[in-house]
Parts: sequence; C-alpha cells; structure tokens
Amino acid sequence: METLVSKKKKNNTKTPVRISGAEALIRCLVEEGADTLFGYPGGAIMPIYDALYDYGDKLNHILVRHEQGATHAAQGYARASGKTGICFATSGPGATNMITGIADALIDSTPLLCITGQVISGLLGTDAFQETDVIGISKPITKWNFQITRADEIASTMARAFYIARSGRPGPVLIDVTKDAQLQECDFIYRKCKSIRSYKPVPVIDEAKLKEAAALINQAKKPFMVFGQGILLSGAKKELKLFIEKSGIPSGATLLGLSALDSDHPLHMGMLGMHGNYAPNVKTNDCDVLIAVGMRFDDRVTGNVKTYAKNAQVIHIEIDDAEIDKIIKADVAIHADAKEALTKLLSMIKAKSYPDWIAEFEACKKIEYEKIIRKDLHPESGKIRMGEVVNLISEITDNNAVIVSDVGQHQMVTERYYRYSTTNSNVTSGGLGTMGFALPAAIGAKIGQPDRQVIAIIGDGGFQMTIQELGTIFQYKIPVKIIILNNNFLGMVRQWQQMFFTKRYSFTELVNPEFSKVAISFGITSQKISERKYLKAALDEMMEYEGPYLLDIIVEKEENVFPMVPSGASVSDIRLE
Amino acid sequence: MEKRKFTISVFSEDRIGLLHSITIIFTRRKMSIESINSSESERKGIYRYTIVFSADYDTARNVTKQIDKLIDVLRAFLHEEEQIIHREIALYKVATSSFYNGNEVEQLLRKHSANIIRIEQDYLVIEKTGWKNETQALLQDLEPYKILEFARSARVMVTKRWKRLHKNVLELEQEH
Ligand SMILES: Cc1ncc(C[n+]2csc(CCOP(=O)(O)OP(=O)(O)O)c2C)c(N)n1
Ligand SMILES: [Mg+2]
Repeated sequence: METLVSKKKKNNTKTPVRISGAEALIRCLVEEGADTLFGYPGGAIMPIYDALYDYGDKLNHILVRHEQGATHAAQGYARASGKTGICFATSGPGATNMITGIADALIDSTPLLCITGQVISGLLGTDAFQETDVIGISKPITKWNFQITRADEIASTMARAFYIARSGRPGPVLIDVTKDAQLQECDFIYRKCKSIRSYKPVPVIDEAKLKEAAALINQAKKPFMVFGQGILLSGAKKELKLFIEKSGIPSGATLLGLSALDSDHPLHMGMLGMHGNYAPNVKTNDCDVLIAVGMRFDDRVTGNVKTYAKNAQVIHIEIDDAEIDKIIKADVAIHADAKEALTKLLSMIKAKSYPDWIAEFEACKKIEYEKIIRKDLHPESGKIRMGEVVNLISEITDNNAVIVSDVGQHQMVTERYYRYSTTNSNVTSGGLGTMGFALPAAIGAKIGQPDRQVIAIIGDGGFQMTIQELGTIFQYKIPVKIIILNNNFLGMVRQWQQMFFTKRYSFTELVNPEFSKVAISFGITSQKISERKYLKAALDEMMEYEGPYLLDIIVEKEENVFPMVPSGASVSDIRLE
Repeated sequence: MEKRKFTISVFSEDRIGLLHSITIIFTRRKMSIESINSSESERKGIYRYTIVFSADYDTARNVTKQIDKLIDVLRAFLHEEEQIIHREIALYKVATSSFYNGNEVEQLLRKHSANIIRIEQDYLVIEKTGWKNETQALLQDLEPYKILEFARSARVMVTKRWKRLHKNVLELEQEH
C-alpha cells in the first residue's frame, strides 16, 4: 500500500515535457528499460530514426540487412533474454518484410514489439507511395496491433503494447505510426500500463480443478507428463523439476519445451513428436494419466489425434483458454499460469516412484540407442553425420551454450542431440518452421546473452534465405559461431521425397557457393571441412576464436532423420527406419 | 460432429478494426458467417456484436474462445438457439399499383403481423419483424405482387436467462 502511494506521488510530480511524437516514442522505449533495437530505416520512419540519433547512449540500434532479419533477431533476443524484442521498419516493403517474423513470433509465443512507419494520415487509403495496410495484413498474426495517427496517442499506446506483448501468453504487437504523428509535438508523460479491462492475462485458478487433478495424479499407475514452452515463459523450471522429482513421473518435452528440464535428468524421457524420441512417443499411448503443461498439442506432437493418448485421462494446464479442448479434450482443464499451477499442485501430490513403468521407457530408450543413436553419434566410416557434430558441440560447450537452429533435418538432429542444461538456451522456429530464422536469431540471442557461447546450426538451404545478415554480424562484430551442416540438399524435403514420393527428388538438390569464401568476403573467419578426422579440432578452434566464425561442414548427403512419426500416423507407430 | 446453428454475442471496446479481427477467425477456417450485427450496447462505449453461423459444437466453442481472446473483446458468449430470443427485421418495397384491392393487402399484413410504414404514389413499404422463416414466408406471399426491393437485417438477440457474466461485462469500471 505504502509503495503504491509513494509511486502515485512520484507520478504526480512528473511534469509533461513538450517533445515530438518521434522522440516520445523513443522515450517510451527507454522508460520500459529497453536496451536493444533491430531495424532498418526508410522514408516513413525517418523522424523516429532522427530522434534515435540522440539516444545512442541508452539504446543500441542494430542495422540489419533485411527487415525479416530484424524480426528474427528481435525474436532471438527475446527468447535468450526473456525480454521483449523490439524492431523498427519503414512503411510498405519494410513493413511487409517483417511479416514472416511476426507470424513466427505469434505461433511461438514470443514477446515482440514491431514499430512501423506509415504515410501521413491524410494519405491513408489513397495508395500513396509506400503505403500498405500493415494493420490489416498483420491482424491475423499479431496479438494486438494499433495505428497511431496523433502524437498524443503515443505514450499510452506504447505502454499498452509492452504490457500486452509480454503478459499472459506473450506474442508480437505491431504499432504503426503515421509520419505526421511522429512530427507533431505532444506533452509527453509516461505511465506504465498495469491492466486493460478487456484483457485478463493471468487467469484465476479454479482450486476444485487442482484437487481433481491431484486426485487423478495420485491414483495413476502409468502417469506421463508432457511440457512445453509455457514452463520457460512462466519461469517455472524449478517448479517443474520439483514436481517431477516428488511425483516420480516420467516426462517428455515439446520442441520448444526443451531446456525446461535438464536433458540428462533421469525422468526426462526426451523430445515428443514427429522426430522426437522413441520412448515418449510410444508411451504416450500407454499412459493412464497424461499431464500436459504449457503446451498446445501441435499436430507435430500429437500425430493422429484420433489415436492420441487414448488410454489416458488428460490433465491440461494452460494459460491460453483458447488452447484448452482445441485439439485434445481435457478431462481436467486447468486454465492457469504454469508456475502457479505447479506450485499449488506440488503440495497436493504424493511422493511416489514408478520403477516398472520407468523400466518400460528405459527399454524403449535402449532400442532407440541401438537402432539409431549409436550410429548417429559414433559412426566409424562414411561422411560426417549431423548427429556426431551436434554431440561434439554439446560436449565441447559443457551443455551450456545457447543453441539457435534453423529448420530442416539439421534442426531435428540438433534438438535431439544437444543436451540442454540451462534455460534461455533453445532458440528455434517451432510452430512456423521458418527457414532463414537462425542466422538473424543468433545475432539477437548473442546480444541478449552476451556472456554465453551462442551457436547457430543451419542448413545449406536455410542459410541462403537470410545470408545477408553476415553483413550485420561483420559490422557489429557479433561473436556468434555459425555451423553450416551442408548436405547439398533441402534435406528434410528430400527425405520425404525418398520416403513418400518414390525417391523423385523434385527440385531439392542445391548447387551451393563456397560458403567459407562468402563468409570471408564478409570479413568473417571461416573454414570448410569434410573429413571426420578434422572435426573435433575445427570445432575447438571455432569455439576458442574470439570473434564471429563460420564453419562449413560437409555432411552425408542422403542421411535420414529417425525416428519419425509419418504425418497422419499415430505416435505409437513411430518408425525407427 | 453434426453442424447446427449458433449465435455468439460479443461485448467489446469501441475499436477500429475489431470487426476485421472477428471475421478472420471465421474466414481462416473457411467458415461463413450467416449474419452479423453490431451496435452500441446499453453501456456507453461498449459494443455488442451478434454473429450467427453454423458449426459443430466443438468448433463453435473454439471460435468463441478465439474471439474472447482478442485483446479488445470484453467477453464473447456462445448461445444455442433455444437459449435466446432473437429477431430480424425485413423491409419490403412493393409497387402500389399491384394492390388493386386494398383488402388483399390488409389480410396479408394481418396474417403476417406486418405493418405498412410508408405509402407513396408508386410504392409502399412493409415492415415485418420476426424469425427468418417468418420474414421469408411474407416474402413468398408477396411474390405475386411486384416486389421492387427487399432487405433483411442481421439477427439481434437477448438471452432468456441473463447470465451473471453478461452483467459483469456491462458493469466493468471505466477505463482510465
Ligand atoms: C521459408 C521456408 N520455405 C520452405 C520450407 C520447407 N522446408 C522445410 S525443411 C526444408 C529443407 C531445408 O533445407 P536445409 O536448410 O538445407 O536443411 P536440411 O534439411 O538439409 O538440414 C524446406 C525447404 C520452410 N520450412 N521454410
Ligand atoms: Mg541441407
């Protein structure tokens, strides 16, 4: 109460200052504690860039090479630091170039604030130069968006934007600011947003549901827990571990849930889904109680929903009510923040262990090791395999690096074999599967976690989608380590062609430039290797190098990623070959 | 699952673009909206939308939650047909000359509980409020006469049992 009063007083003593809309916008960022922006200027956002010129001591602006790169960099920053990622673009093409990143951030619940310049308000709707209806275009892919046409709307709108982006289930917010609003003067005073009457980000837990859940858990014979990014977003790593250890319940992670529990934890049975591990997929269909926390039953996780977890009573703990009963019907739905729900459940559950049930998982693990993992990690002949590279990286970095992966086979292999031990470490494009994500995201991740090793693992296809960000890395000397797992193929698509289209390799072979030379011409130290005997030394050299480094690793061309749940199949029909 | 008719009532802030946000929730699933109405509620500054569509129950519930999730939406409620009282209004513009016999019109209007709201030299306008099948029945009966224009509104509705939640929405404190 006291703090409330004193805060109020403080606010009252604040007197408005008369400044331009553009400067007001920059000051909003400072007031919210922002330190980094990613962006690209152009006509309609020039007043904002002009105002930014005087705030270099407070805000570090990174000039990317493409606005898509700005959004992915901001995503990488957000995922690695836990803070809201901020990006700037001009109107028209600048704004439309951001669309992919915004869509990616929405589906992966990443807090993003995208600021776009817009033509002057008098020209709205007239097809003016570089006018595009970015509010309309971004409507389905933003958590919220708003067009500012008057300078006096800036402070309150920005305060809302920050509040919405990072509260509840986080997501991207887009604020479009007409040029005249940037140029107008306003009386600026900033107040953080603390609530919006039409938006309730933190649900009130239904205690009766918790009791029902605890009862189900306590009588279960074969319980299984699946967790997603919701654990990381609610900061519930500790609570998850306590819950799992007390309950003795084995668990599996979604792609984005990885790192919420140490990969080496004995009750971590691996990754769920299409290219996840054998045990958690198969056992999903054997369990009698399925506890899903902070995840949304993506079709890549569930396989065929008609056969998914059919022997189980499902408990779904989820902050977004629209995810409850969307794909999998919950027997007990707990609309809640993961941390709060797990904390409360912890005192309601019995300490137990399930040796026989765990043994079933271990047996599956053994099968997967013999059939797949051994030859992925320790091949004796042939070309370098993706798995052995990732395994070595995990060893060399003490399982402690920030791993940024792109999309494709190399992504699945990376997520399967990197043994995460720390949160804010797993940065990848999950829901949208955006090729080209990793290189710019690594830039943001490094700025968000400057003291940790940040390693981008990218395919030869995806690398060429945002390759221009090498320029950004060079200009700002961002010491990220870039690994190209180069198979001269759009490998994941090729794998599907091999398995489901009678090996008709329709437009999936890539004839690539010499990536190491490309990197060198961008001023980035680089090396290419293709033989196993040089692998360890090359990785060591890269990790020890102080600045940015690109290592092009020529790998087996036609390696397939297994296990695999073919699309439409049941998770228990996961294929080992 | 079997499709049936549902009505969603949405209470929202007065925000430009909200209708767009609502409709894309339907269009992305390739669902068509049968009718949609929007008007200020009894509470100043709070808007009420009434959306009629057909779907199976699970989809209808899911769509309702997705609308409810929109930041500027205060609450969205899903209603079954029997939970609400609803009406549409229809206007029929008919050539005056078609009615040689004044009795005919009167009988027709009485049969359908419709009113004439305007009489001009060359046309008259009939108004009928009711369910869709009722306004449709009048349309059919008017077919032999010369219908110059016909227009039917979207559905408006009130609930039979005023849910507590509805009330809460309208009693929300003023936003500062
Ligand atoms: C922007 C975009 N376009 C197309 C795809 C479809 N796609 C998924 S994986 C993949 C192949 C990726 O090839 P590469 O980057 O070389 O990685 P690899 O699978 O070979 O490891 C493609 C084309 C995609 N996910 N994203
Ligand atoms: Mg490739």
